Amino acid sequence: MTDILPFLKSLISVSGVSGYETPVAKLIEEKWRPLVDEVSISRVGSLHGLKKGSAKSKRPSVMIATHMDAIGMMVSKVSDGFLHIAKVGGIDVRVLPGAMVTVHASSGEELPAVIAMPSANLLPESVGDGVTEIGYLLVDTGLTPREVERKVRVGDLVSFANEPLELAGDVISGHTIDNRASVAALTVCLEELQTKSHIWDIWAVATVQEETSYLGGYSSAFTIRPDIAIAVDGTFAKGPGVNGWQSHPMGKGVGLCMGPNMHPFLHKKLIELAERLEIPWFLDVTADHSGTDAYPMQVTAEGIPTALVEFPIRYMHTPVESVAVKDIQRAGRLLAEFIASLEVDFVDTIKWDD
Amino acid sequence: MPTFGTSQLKLLEKLCNAIAVSGDEGEVRKIVLEEIKDHADDVRVDAIGNVLATRLGRGRKRTRVMLDAHMDEVGFLIVVDEGEGIYRFETVGGIDVRHLVGKQVYVGKDRTPGVIGGKPIHLMDASERTRKVPLDGLRIDLGLTGKAKVGDRAGFATKFRRVGPSIMSKSIDDRIGVATVIELLKHAPSNIDLCAAFTVQEEIGLRGAKVAAQFFDPDLAIAIDSTPANDLPDFDGGENVMYNTKLGFGPAIYLADGSTLHDPRLVRFLQTVGEAESIPHQLRQPGGGGTDSGAIQRSLAGIPTVSVSVPHRYTHSPISIARVEDWKNTINLLHTALKKITPQLIAKR
Repeated sequence: MTDILPFLKSLISVSGVSGYETPVAKLIEEKWRPLVDEVSISRVGSLHGLKKGSAKSKRPSVMIATHMDAIGMMVSKVSDGFLHIAKVGGIDVRVLPGAMVTVHASSGEELPAVIAMPSANLLPESVGDGVTEIGYLLVDTGLTPREVERKVRVGDLVSFANEPLELAGDVISGHTIDNRASVAALTVCLEELQTKSHIWDIWAVATVQEETSYLGGYSSAFTIRPDIAIAVDGTFAKGPGVNGWQSHPMGKGVGLCMGPNMHPFLHKKLIELAERLEIPWFLDVTADHSGTDAYPMQVTAEGIPTALVEFPIRYMHTPVESVAVKDIQRAGRLLAEFIASLEVDFVDTIKWDD
Repeated sequence: MPTFGTSQLKLLEKLCNAIAVSGDEGEVRKIVLEEIKDHADDVRVDAIGNVLATRLGRGRKRTRVMLDAHMDEVGFLIVVDEGEGIYRFETVGGIDVRHLVGKQVYVGKDRTPGVIGGKPIHLMDASERTRKVPLDGLRIDLGLTGKAKVGDRAGFATKFRRVGPSIMSKSIDDRIGVATVIELLKHAPSNIDLCAAFTVQEEIGLRGAKVAAQFFDPDLAIAIDSTPANDLPDFDGGENVMYNTKLGFGPAIYLADGSTLHDPRLVRFLQTVGEAESIPHQLRQPGGGGTDSGAIQRSLAGIPTVSVSVPHRYTHSPISIARVEDWKNTINLLHTALKKITPQLIAKR
């Protein structure tokens, strides 16, 4: 198995805030092109890689969805050389003060900047030494007010810019591990399939705007109309402050999620395969909305049997999200083995009740 | 006048990227010793870790001038090993915990990489998000097999960078002062005996400066530090009347802070030099806070002391911003002033 870490590091070194995924899409396209037969871009910007199966006549197809967009910010006002910002996606404002960011300026430049928390005397008394809401935070590019006025406009994107940090025990940390780590897992899957025969067509999809509206999950599933769909995404890792039933040990295996959002038969098949291959796995349960592309795909067109493969991420939606690289490798391998195991009549064997 | 260019900025970068949390200043001390070794008549490391260098002038009636900059920075101390790479920590120096969630750090002498994480937004209710995370709710995570020792220090992992007219870095407070004193020592004028004090433990109570002043027993002292520029806009558009200093307006001369009324003769002297030579400078608004001047002024029989700072925004946070031009003007003002110092300057009040 090839080492996926260098690719993952490059994936979390570029931007791709929801709705503006082009920088990361280009990187993924370059990596996937030699691994698939056809590459295309959907009407709303999702990246589709088709790797054709070996079936002679009508080939069934599986869509694997990994979202490539990132939470981030957008310039809401330019004043006195400072930028006011609004959130794109679910950000806890408490991670923002002192964060290194990039302003994607209208001038075409990428401006390094820092998120500033003004001192208490410049804020309403109610803020005091408490949490400073995003409306009061400012972005400072270090440039003069004149330069800022010339380069930056309302609507310019602001993305996290801290570099990846390798931690001990095979852990990689950085911004946007959610969900570039899944893109990496899907890439592992495609690499594995270079030397495996598979009957089914595989649609490797890097979706857009999962963090905001599931736009890519809905639209790509509609276009492709796969026979089955699998979303790959992060779940919560146990760690400081997180130890509830929703959380799972990091580095100990792949999560297979069950609940109304997932088809029980696919879920069962994935478990059987993981057991047979001795790929460590854990059961994750979600009572309703899975918060992943599995949610939109399941109800697209006439409905699509959908599964969800996960791995635990620490500090989700902070700039220091962390993941164990071996969990990504495991997820990629499980996907590849699952796809290779699909018989031409697999869809007909899908059962609701035993 | 020292020429100002790439070599000064390279040195500042090296100093800023070094980690030297109060009480563990070794990394910066090493750089300082290497830089100054060919430029002083006497160099020593004293009992608490200060680097004390003397460069003698020539001729009679030389004034003994102490230049002070602190080597230490705010940071963290590992206090509990909770297993599997998770460590509890204390802050060293004045750190606002609101700057810590989601930041990268380096721990210990080997610079083991770590992160200070935060709970996922998905696992909390709206009210939790309105409360700041207290220090005892934060941990340093070194990865599943990461190892540190209780007692190890940690600092922000921010990398120095130049951006347009500015620099962005951790620890501009006070590596920019350290770099300034190194530069002034290298180009010391002959009318003074220059006593350079690179001090320890400023951030936890001006402790290095106290013994440095007692060792040097200077005629006068200048503490060179970096002070906050709170020159951001007021939230409702009102006038910001408590800006402390402003970026781009030159070195900030202190009048009064939380621990010192700066010597009026020296304040006037620096202003006069700045005006006569057209070197931009500003007055730091009187207020709280302080520098090593607080410890120096009241040492021995009392030492006439002034403080000059390069302004920076976002003090004691993972990234501060300062203007290169302000630093250049600081070196220029101080170098010009040193040349003009005579014993008469402090002969009478």
